[in-house]
Amino acid sequence: MTATQDRPAAEIGKDRRRKEDQRLITGRTRWTDNITLPGMLHMAMVRSPFAHASITSVDTEAAKASPNVVAVLSGKDFGAELGVCINAWPITPDQKTPTHSPMPADRVAFAGEIVAVVVARSAAEARDAAELVDVEYDELPAVIGIKKALEDQVLAHPDLGTNKSALWVFDSAEAGTGSEVDAAIETARADGILIEREYRQQRLIPAFMEPRSVVVDPTGEQITMWSATQIPHILRFALAATTGVPESKIRVIAPDVGGGFGGKLQTTPEEWIAWAVARRLSKPVKYTETRSESLMAAHHGRDQVQTLTLAADKDGKVTGLKVHLDADLGAYIAVVGGGVPVLGAFMFNAIYKFPSYRFECQTVLTNTTFTDAYRGAGRPEATYAIERLMDELAAEVGVDPLEIRERNWIKHEEFPFTTIAGLEYDTGNYEAATRLAKESFGYDALRAEQKERRDRGDRVQLGIGVSTFTEMCGLAPSRVLGSLDYGAGGWEHASVRMLATGKVEIVTGASAHGQGHETAFSQIVADRLGVPFEDVEVLHGDTQIAHKGLDTYGSRSLVVGGEALVRAVDKVIDKAKHLAAHLLEASEDDLEYNDGRFTVAGTDQGIAIQELSTAAFAAHNYPEDMEPSLDAEATYDPVNFNYPHGTHLCAMEVDTETGAVKMRKYTCCDDIGVIINPLIVAGQVHGGLVQGIAQALWEEAVHDEAGTLVSGSFVDYLLPTSADTISFDVVHTDDPSVCTTNTLGTKGVGEAGTIASTPAVVNAVVDAIRHLGINDIQMPCTPERVWRAIQGSKAGGATETPPDAMPHFKDGALNQDEGAGQ
Amino acid sequence: MIPVKFDYLAPTSVEEALAALGEHGDEAKILAGGQSLLPVLRMRLNAPEVVIDLGGISSLRGIRDDGDAIVIGAMTTHHDVRDHALVHEHALLLAKAAAEVADSQIRHRGTFGGALAHADPAGDLGAPALALGAQFVIAGPGGTRTVEADDFFVDLFETAIGEDEILTEVRVPKHTGWGAHYEKFVRVAHQWPIVAVAATVKGSIDEARVGLTNMGSTPLRARATEAALAGASATEDGVREASELAAEGTNPPSDLNGAAEYRQHLARVLTGRAVLKAAGAQ
Ligand SMILES: Cc1cc2nc3c(=O)[nH]c(=O)nc-3n(C[C@H](O)[C@H](O)[C@H](O)COP(=O)(O)OP(=O)(O)OC[C@H]3O[C@@H](n4cnc5c(N)ncnc54)[C@H](O)[C@@H]3O)c2cc1C
Repeated sequence: MTATQDRPAAEIGKDRRRKEDQRLITGRTRWTDNITLPGMLHMAMVRSPFAHASITSVDTEAAKASPNVVAVLSGKDFGAELGVCINAWPITPDQKTPTHSPMPADRVAFAGEIVAVVVARSAAEARDAAELVDVEYDELPAVIGIKKALEDQVLAHPDLGTNKSALWVFDSAEAGTGSEVDAAIETARADGILIEREYRQQRLIPAFMEPRSVVVDPTGEQITMWSATQIPHILRFALAATTGVPESKIRVIAPDVGGGFGGKLQTTPEEWIAWAVARRLSKPVKYTETRSESLMAAHHGRDQVQTLTLAADKDGKVTGLKVHLDADLGAYIAVVGGGVPVLGAFMFNAIYKFPSYRFECQTVLTNTTFTDAYRGAGRPEATYAIERLMDELAAEVGVDPLEIRERNWIKHEEFPFTTIAGLEYDTGNYEAATRLAKESFGYDALRAEQKERRDRGDRVQLGIGVSTFTEMCGLAPSRVLGSLDYGAGGWEHASVRMLATGKVEIVTGASAHGQGHETAFSQIVADRLGVPFEDVEVLHGDTQIAHKGLDTYGSRSLVVGGEALVRAVDKVIDKAKHLAAHLLEASEDDLEYNDGRFTVAGTDQGIAIQELSTAAFAAHNYPEDMEPSLDAEATYDPVNFNYPHGTHLCAMEVDTETGAVKMRKYTCCDDIGVIINPLIVAGQVHGGLVQGIAQALWEEAVHDEAGTLVSGSFVDYLLPTSADTISFDVVHTDDPSVCTTNTLGTKGVGEAGTIASTPAVVNAVVDAIRHLGINDIQMPCTPERVWRAIQGSKAGGATETPPDAMPHFKDGALNQDEGAGQ
Repeated sequence: MIPVKFDYLAPTSVEEALAALGEHGDEAKILAGGQSLLPVLRMRLNAPEVVIDLGGISSLRGIRDDGDAIVIGAMTTHHDVRDHALVHEHALLLAKAAAEVADSQIRHRGTFGGALAHADPAGDLGAPALALGAQFVIAGPGGTRTVEADDFFVDLFETAIGEDEILTEVRVPKHTGWGAHYEKFVRVAHQWPIVAVAATVKGSIDEARVGLTNMGSTPLRARATEAALAGASATEDGVREASELAAEGTNPPSDLNGAAEYRQHLARVLTGRAVLKAAGAQ
């Protein structure tokens, strides 16, 4: 297949402003919380303040007596119709999986878990009454933190007998992709370089802009659920599979959704409870979480301890990599919970040629919010580890970090290349991306300034961080998912409807939640079909309209969904050609198709595809051997992942007196194949970078020993704003290495910035102060950690900051405070 | 999140507001700019039955010249404090600190009086007010009294304002021609300070006033530093010894943003920087 197009590309490559933005940005659209149905009731949740406790009693009398309360229900009021929250990806056959009831009747396993629901005529009345539900708990010991969990002293779920859920292993010697890693380690220990590190991937909170919201209407023939979700199709399947309602009786709609970042790739207790309550009461219900609930109970991401051993020869050529991950699942195994760290298995070797590799992932259960996908999902963690290690190796060998990478990376003439983890990288050009990034960054000048500041002993030191990343995206070839025991496939579906007036509706099974699919997909169709951009409408996110699909995550929409679309469009053109030949009384062989018009070669006779749409609609004259329709659909299952890559360079200034860090310059050169819309790509790269930088510098979900989320508001969970970032220098190679496994030559870009940037930033911070004897700062690199590292008071800056929140909104003993409202 | 239901009163004079306060007592809460009170209500950390909005009392808004002091009405917004010519001329430190409060939206709603009455030890205006020796004018059922800055801040979120009283205005003695700088240390923009230092100096350096934010349960004055700065030269070496004294007698909190020990270190470093910048030497 080829990326070059037969038709002129008027739209592909154009900086189109996103057509969906006006309605999204002004809010004049259908967010789930904007939906109001006749007779709709509102729900408020009662949540456990304890991380681990038995529920001894739930007294709902006072709440039931509260004004306009319709029902108060706790776990024991429901039977099997409540369903369960599923884990769709058991990573091993013997994985220990605790039952995850949406509303447990007997025992809670994390702070924020729902124990009762109040249904009232208004949201305010539901909230008031929720405070009157009297739940008695018997507190149980809670296990918080990976290392504690591994001890198996305190159990997150006593009946399981252990906190260890599953151990997943990949070994290159066993798989036949490489040699024995332990042998490489022994050789390096004797006569080479061995780098042994423990890195911490702190827990993050996806923090999408629109809080989760769900509306259920049980009054029609199909029960309809609107949800602020990334995955309407998976959600429908899971509802059918767990609540006993036939799939054909379920309609799920993801209306406009305000961001997800993986955080809405979930089937949630809140959705299941809304479903059950609506069915029980036969009335429409709505639930919208507060921001506090969102931070506490929507799934978290990352949270791993990585134990790493990198073996190399004296020249810095890597001979082996051994990875042991301990990954915190939280209290339950969420929909793809255990699978997320396992995705990393394929990415620790990154862009390098390692002869031996072993990866182990031990998942553990704790009494904290369950974890699952967060932008990059498994790949940022892997990329962080290897890119940090490559900088450490460079320091050990005493060469530039770019040099050490070049000694190990796959050369552009070596593609396609089968990696030690068993993936086949189709294309790539690390040399080109690195050259361009270096140039744009001003690498040599910044290195000179670094040296000058170091020599001068300047208070502010400069560091340069490198990250040459790749990722596997476009989830996913269904057979690969099958081999990993994932519960679904990875194909995507699209259909094209040629309307009577010549306009075009396309339907995609991808489910955009802010990415700009409507614009990008319209551009693709406009070019391929030869119709004006404005004539294309993109429909998605409603199972009655887009009946088939696997939704949006894993940088898959364009590379998988876009390819399904291309194939459906090509089928339309084939049908149209047959009709055109009939109407023009010409042979199909003599027809040329350009700019949306069939012409008979060598004549001025022709007909436009939009005219053919009308002709097919009228159906007055069409060939005997075809149906009077040009519509077509396609289901595409990718044959491989695709492998965007890039070189990211970051310069950080470190104030050695205070430990404060400040970004000076950030350049990235991403090779993402053919670009459909540069403006949308820039948006994805910028946003991705900020989320990755935020992990390096700011964000961290912290629980105290009792399991309370201390960083439970944006006062303490530090989400950056535009005021905290600089203007990024985003460049792309002129001659990208296009993806060879899809027609358009595109690669994913949704997660690239997040995957690449975190190690670039931390490498830069460490580089600034490495001459002081520092080789690590734990993330996030807070000023205090940097300062402590400089003080040398604790190696690695791995200080335990006391888990306390800043109490700005604690109502103190100010004049009228005492007793108010009590 | 939705607050618990409350009654809303909008008096148009201080007398009316005091009467309402007298009637409802500890069931009532005063509303100024709402930037601290509304989050408290929405998170249901407090549930007053009555909210008394001072927004309709025009006499509480504005800044005027009053001989040897300027007078700032309690309901004057951070934005107005930041931009007012009288503040720039006579109490530059306040303008500098007000500019560092949160973000533009919050500065347009939040008030000078509200921030001081709220008495968050991490609030940006307490330390400058303290350093400038502000006087707090408080109205109550028995009339009006004036409280000195040193007596105003009592504890965490606690001031000298009584249950039945309202802060009406703040008198700030003129520090005409004094240089000033507010050095705020944060991890992200729009954050409360982890530590901040408010410094204002006369000449370079004849006299200095230094206030500390978030170094204890109330704003503090670094008196030992102030004493050591009198007559010091405005150079790094000149202020080093004085700034080393900045953390004396402080008792900062330990939280997610830093342990007490680190905050004390920051106070010393930032004091040196603030003083030099105030003196125009950096
Ligand atoms: C996101 C966010 C970020 C912020 N960041 C900062 C920051 O960086 N630095 C900073 O200093 N502040 C910050 N603030 C707080 C802000 O400065 C508020 O303006 C201030 O704390 C309270 O002022 P207000 O007018 O809004 O008072 P309100 O919220 O209306 O009232 C606060 C308290 O004071 C009482 N009160 C108000 N006025 C009077 C009066 N005249 N007499 C008696 N009692 C009174 C009220 O009853 C209430 O208890 C931030 C606020 C938010 C929401």
